Amino acid sequence: MSQNVDARGLSCPQPVILTRAALQQAGSGEVIVTVDTMTQVHNCTRAAEKLGWQAAMQVKADAFELRFTK
Amino acid sequence: MKRPKDPFATLVGIIIVGLLLGAAAATLQKLGNPPNMGICVACFTRDIAGALGWHRAAVVQYLRPEIPAFCLGAFLAALLFREFRPRTGSAPAVRFVLGMFAMIGALVFLGCPWRALLRLAGGDWNALLGLAGLIVGIGVGVVFLRMGFSLGRSHPARSVAGLAMPFVMLVLLLLAIFYPQVSADPAKPAALFRSTSGPGAAAANIWLSTAVGLIIGFLAQRTRFCTVGGLRDVILMRDFHLLSGVLGFLAAAFVLNQVFGQFNPGFAGQPAAHTNALLNFGGMVLAGLSFTLAGGCPGRQVFLSGEGDGDAAIFVLGMLAGAAVSHNFLMVADGPTAPHIVVAGLVIVCLIGLLGRERFIPAR
Repeated sequence: MSQNVDARGLSCPQPVILTRAALQQAGSGEVIVTVDTMTQVHNCTRAAEKLGWQAAMQVKADAFELRFTK
Repeated sequence: MKRPKDPFATLVGIIIVGLLLGAAAATLQKLGNPPNMGICVACFTRDIAGALGWHRAAVVQYLRPEIPAFCLGAFLAALLFREFRPRTGSAPAVRFVLGMFAMIGALVFLGCPWRALLRLAGGDWNALLGLAGLIVGIGVGVVFLRMGFSLGRSHPARSVAGLAMPFVMLVLLLLAIFYPQVSADPAKPAALFRSTSGPGAAAANIWLSTAVGLIIGFLAQRTRFCTVGGLRDVILMRDFHLLSGVLGFLAAAFVLNQVFGQFNPGFAGQPAAHTNALLNFGGMVLAGLSFTLAGGCPGRQVFLSGEGDGDAAIFVLGMLAGAAVSHNFLMVADGPTAPHIVVAGLVIVCLIGLLGRERFIPAR
């Protein structure tokens, strides 16, 4: 069961705070984060990779879905 | 799909852009911009407020082309890279107030975070107190963020909402370039106020300033260069990505100041500065906290307004209003009402921080 974080429309650094909290809570497995700017794609990915998670991105209609796995 | 590789998003990318921005600031100073003020988003926005007649401090009135050019450079970058996304609706009135107090605090110190770095690079040791205040303000902001502070979500908006600020900035830039700002001919009165002495009279060539501003706006939009974000990310999660760019900015300005003979170390007699330590510190605590709660430094807010962020645009308008209020009510630098407004501002912005806490941010 993957965990979902909807960080669309939030200002810096809230998407990163929510992403880190979800990743640390999950520990391992899969966490999906939805953001709506490339800034947040880069920020959340950088934060996740620092915590040792792998990142993959899928472009949706009006958002980006980040799939973090560990 | 794998994560996209974007050279601007790399560590090397942001360091190079930081170096370029610092070099541009020192060079603009050499070519005519005010001392230790090659680029200052707060001071230049204040000068624009003066040019529009929102305040009547005669020495700081000039429609600086750099600020509109920042916005338009970011606008072009966002269009080119398909990142222009009109959006708004995240507590705009609160952002206006935060913009006002960020500007009021910055003008008590006499500079935005960019100028704090430039003052340090020019040997103005008062900047150390300002930067210390900035770090404390950002630290307090991080405490609120950790407690769940949020101004709520923005939402996708019609194109007109995102285009409004770039359009306003384009009009300002065209006015700055093509409309006479100083005219001795009574039959041809100037529409805009323009200082004939003081910092407002010191300016690099308008075309050069515009070109440099456009390039900076473009590069900053791509790299997300943010001085407040740099310090915030280190305090919040030991992430040095944005700070690397900020340190590049400081290093390049420092080196070029040595080359250009613009380095004059000391506390007293510094250009556009005062030596009241408590106010230099306190002003920047207020500014740092306000910028952190709004999500970024003044430069970043201008760049965001260029990529369609209507809430950042409101923050920038708040800064314009804050500049006018600061000068009209003598709250600038170590003015008579400066201590009062710093204390009042801290109380109000802390209240915003406390009231903005959310345990749960509902999905839209």
